[in-house]
Amino acid sequence: MPAPVEVDLPSGHEDTRTDKPWLVIVWNDPINLMSYVTYVFQKLFGYSHAKATRLMLDVHHKGRAVVSSGPRERAELDVSRLHEHGLWATMEHSE
Amino acid sequence: MSSRRRFSRDRQGRVHPRLERPERELLEVVARQTQEQLAAQDAATARVHPVAYPNDPEAEAEFKAIMGEGLRDRHQRALDALAVGVGADVVEEPELHQWMEAVEVMRLVLGTELDVTEEMDAIDQLDPRAGQFALYAYLSVLQNEIVEALSASLPASRDEDDE
Repeated sequence: MPAPVEVDLPSGHEDTRTDKPWLVIVWNDPINLMSYVTYVFQKLFGYSHAKATRLMLDVHHKGRAVVSSGPRERAELDVSRLHEHGLWATMEHSE
Repeated sequence: MSSRRRFSRDRQGRVHPRLERPERELLEVVARQTQEQLAAQDAATARVHPVAYPNDPEAEAEFKAIMGEGLRDRHQRALDALAVGVGADVVEEPELHQWMEAVEVMRLVLGTELDVTEEMDAIDQLDPRAGQFALYAYLSVLQNEIVEALSASLPASRDEDDE
């Protein structure tokens, strides 16, 4: 990956937003088991059983939950690991 | 009906699967069928490759170009590990993790085909797909037991904000 180069950007360019974190969102689906989703959150993010369960219940009852956030590369990695485990994960820039 | 678990661990952390022969045969057959469905990009496999950027087609295409092949390979390897290894008397934890991923892919594809809902009632015996629903239910039981076995060796959590 090339090193970042400093350039003058016109004001209003979208790169002025890059300091805002990306949110990794897991959506409810009818297939994944509650026990499995909880386990995946513990395994991938190192969350306690209590925290993983809380996030799983948020997904289940509210339809979605933010499970991690950070720079774009980090969020993409988290999304791809969630996809590896079959979870329905997306990412979006926080407003 | 005994409630013995299918995946017990010994002191070294190795797992001893106790699957009856028909279970092993069933899992091998379904794993191979699922591999073929994935390779053929059967419509039922769409759920196995979720969209990362729902509102940004350009970013999504880039993401898929980088991650897509690795994801497909990983699923195929997991299904292979299950189909080949399901007869083993002892498996190490990483292999059981692959079995879990294989069962996950099988459930995603079958659940999509059956258009399952969260509230699954008793199987309708008159439904021509009753056998497939029974298979789906079996895979759910199996996945719960694998998760239970793997949860026993999770490291202590890193987050401090609980309890």
